[in-house]
Amino acid sequence: MSEKTKIIDAEKVVIRFSGDSGDGMQLAGTIFSNLSAVFGNEISTFPDYPAEIRAPQGTLGGVSGFQVHLGKNIYTPGDKCDVLVAMNPAALKTNSKYVKSNTVILFDEDSFTETDLKKADYKTLNPFEELGLKNVQLVGVPMETMVKSSLADMGMDNKAMLRSKNMFALGLICWLFNRPLEHAMDMLKNKFGKKPSVLEANIKVLTDGYNYGNNIHAGVSTYRIEKDDAQKGVYMDINGNKATAYGLIAASEKSGRPLFLGSYPITPATDILHELAKRKELGVKTVQAEDEIAGVCTAIGASFAGNLAATSTSGPGLALKSEAIGLAVMAEIPLVVIDVQRGGPSTGLPTKTEQTDLLQALYGRNGECPAVVVAASTPTDCFDMSFNACKIALEHMTPVILLTDAFIGNGSSAWRIPDISSYPEIKSPWVSEEIKDGWRPYKRNPENNVRYKAIPGMEGFMHRLGGLEKDYNTSAISTNPENHQIMTDTRQAKIDAIANDIPLLNVLGNPDSDTLVIGWGGTYGHIYSAVESLNNQNKAVAYVHFNYINPLPKNTQEILNKYPKIIVCELNNGQFASYLRSKVEGRMIHQFNRVQGQPFQVKDIEEAITKIMED
Amino acid sequence: MDMNYTAKDYKSDQYVRWCPGCGDHAVVNTLQKAMAEVGVAPYDTVVISGIGCSSRLPYYMNTYGFHTIHGRGLAIATGVKVANPKLTVWSITGDGDCLAIGGNHFIHAVRRNVNLNILLLNNKIYGLTKGQYSPTSDKGAITKSSPYGTVEEPFIPAELALGARGNFFARALDVDLTTSKDVMIAAAKHKGASVVEILQNCVIFNDGIHKYVSDKEFRADRSIILEQGKPMIFGANRDKGLVLDGLNLKVVKIGENGITEKDLLVHDATTKDNGLHFKLAMMGSGELPVAFGVIRCVDAPVYDEEVENQIKDVQTKKSERSLQDFLLKGDTWEIK
Repeated sequence: MSEKTKIIDAEKVVIRFSGDSGDGMQLAGTIFSNLSAVFGNEISTFPDYPAEIRAPQGTLGGVSGFQVHLGKNIYTPGDKCDVLVAMNPAALKTNSKYVKSNTVILFDEDSFTETDLKKADYKTLNPFEELGLKNVQLVGVPMETMVKSSLADMGMDNKAMLRSKNMFALGLICWLFNRPLEHAMDMLKNKFGKKPSVLEANIKVLTDGYNYGNNIHAGVSTYRIEKDDAQKGVYMDINGNKATAYGLIAASEKSGRPLFLGSYPITPATDILHELAKRKELGVKTVQAEDEIAGVCTAIGASFAGNLAATSTSGPGLALKSEAIGLAVMAEIPLVVIDVQRGGPSTGLPTKTEQTDLLQALYGRNGECPAVVVAASTPTDCFDMSFNACKIALEHMTPVILLTDAFIGNGSSAWRIPDISSYPEIKSPWVSEEIKDGWRPYKRNPENNVRYKAIPGMEGFMHRLGGLEKDYNTSAISTNPENHQIMTDTRQAKIDAIANDIPLLNVLGNPDSDTLVIGWGGTYGHIYSAVESLNNQNKAVAYVHFNYINPLPKNTQEILNKYPKIIVCELNNGQFASYLRSKVEGRMIHQFNRVQGQPFQVKDIEEAITKIMED
Repeated sequence: MDMNYTAKDYKSDQYVRWCPGCGDHAVVNTLQKAMAEVGVAPYDTVVISGIGCSSRLPYYMNTYGFHTIHGRGLAIATGVKVANPKLTVWSITGDGDCLAIGGNHFIHAVRRNVNLNILLLNNKIYGLTKGQYSPTSDKGAITKSSPYGTVEEPFIPAELALGARGNFFARALDVDLTTSKDVMIAAAKHKGASVVEILQNCVIFNDGIHKYVSDKEFRADRSIILEQGKPMIFGANRDKGLVLDGLNLKVVKIGENGITEKDLLVHDATTKDNGLHFKLAMMGSGELPVAFGVIRCVDAPVYDEEVENQIKDVQTKKSERSLQDFLLKGDTWEIK
């Protein structure tokens, strides 16, 4: 190719790696996003993988994707992609909806044979035409052939050689984005350091992929991405599940309470268990329980014994834990329940994201059973919200349900490692010698209705808790009707009083507008991007994002009163909107909802808001 | 630690609400005596229960206690013990709580060998819900929910506990206060999951269900109290014994066919192989007496200790002790 390669300067760019779930696309994507972060780009990533571990090779069900958005002012992994890597026709088909005009499609020519096309249910022999992909830049590379010749002298069998195909694609992408390979090699050394032959093969293929791009000068534009003027500090790449795990550890250190996690494996929450099971050097205890119920119950036991106790799960697991959470409400003991939401109902879409567990978290228990519900906005915010959930649980002697989701749980971004010493101390409401006389377990601090805490091993404070209603004064079992009313009201008042300890809502976007956009939890990046874009188009919108759901921040009503038009955007059929209607008086609330198991598309939010604004 | 506790130190001020004549009264009194003998301070003792008549027991103890939810007591007790292995944790459960709704937690607590003392009060009936058959009700039992008799086979708790690879199993009769106390003390002293089945009478809904062995007239001939290192002798006249006949147990009479005490089996609860323990625990039909006392008591690694040992082990290999140190040692980059 004679044409000289153009270099495009871009503020941000979206790359999507896709292939069979065994093709190593997650690894290629992770390495590329990490080295971009080191290079000074902001990053946001999102793995989109199938529920099947290994669906038949080359079929639509087995396609695994990894999207990374990098550049400046990055809040989401991006909507459509500038570059799509498609390792086979199935990957191309599954991801064609993310292709836009001028997208570079980098594909493995060797994997686009007639047989491959048939496996992916194509009807013709021209996949690009069949999918209606026009105005795209096609870069077909015979990757399989290249990889085999690259590794010809290494004495490997065919299968082993082809395992490095992802590195060829990564090498090409590094060339396309002018990324030096050193950091990628370092990361490979970390991963394959114990298998020198595998490491050698991967580095060889990576380098050859890079050189291939350089030599043929494929007639496509290469990119130079703007660096971000990021805050000084030490950074790491982190996904929401890891951040959640670290938030628990930080809270354990700040409270002086040992950390205990009782959990049962469930997609997409299991990485929290994995991470905490690894952190034995930090003294973390984990129990992989026999079921979801035992997961929460071991945590309740550990909390009763004085640990900071948590359980991690997803929607189906939260359903199983509901009776036990009710026990923790009744016994008034601290408990952190993490729900990494996924598509439901029932088994639903285990690897996909949704916000459909909100009402379950708020109300899914028998009896009048108030618990605190909070939600995290971004992968890195999972650290803070996990810490805050622990703080509220320990200080207010209550279960706290932290809602994250598959999108922020698995998605990652660069995280400036915080100074843990700057986080607040967490203080349990311990019993004291002064109140020992006549002390009863449900004796409360009159200011916030929190009962005082005593744990086994403390002399003189032996007590019995349980799920049966207790007398407000004596703490003995009581079926007295008036007492039940008092205790019900007291448990509610205790939760309501937490509003005094949480931050007020902060209005983002353009506060002087007629339209208020509302979001909660993991949709922050998409809604924020849409709001920013609308304001740039002179369509003035204000935005508030809720991290604290029960109780609501104290200025919720006041802020909602200011705006004639209110739109709640959420990935369910309107659960937060209906909750707000029950908590806020006299406001008409519009909704924008999607339940497709996928994050919002920024463009869709913009369109929906614009339409409601114009109505 | 003050080792001189009396039963009274473990008794709470709560009025005991079980039906008059219920076997649970004897159990709580015996438990308080056993605890005093073991000598663990009330403030280092935790009693956890699920739901059912027997699960009310923690309220009557002046220890730390938690009356939890149906079937989940053992999962909660596991959490308590793992969180703080220094505590002595008792778990009080019934045949419905433990073997129906809580069956999963029971087999896994036993399999893991969590250091818990599990008192399983077996009255073969649901009492608190007023008389339905339980997983231990005999086949054909006529109850409110089986007016024509049950058509299902019951669990035998010992079979389940040993099947779950249990290392301690003991049995006692509610009215036999001495054996009850002895096995509770043995359970407390054993490190690991100690399962104690107490055959307990429900005077209201299943009165006399254990009459076959509890009836004073026949008790001595229909039961044997196994004692470590002693020959297996029973009977009103102490003239019957157990021997192995091929792979099966057989009752023999001392003095007949040249049988002497020396020919009898000697009880060893500590053998790792559970074959004989299994056979002893399953006795109770034909001539074979129901076995009481400590049937199996084998030392094995204890879950809650192993969890701590693993942490200590990793800590000898990794130096980070704070999250900050750990994070900064990871795969990071610096922006200056």
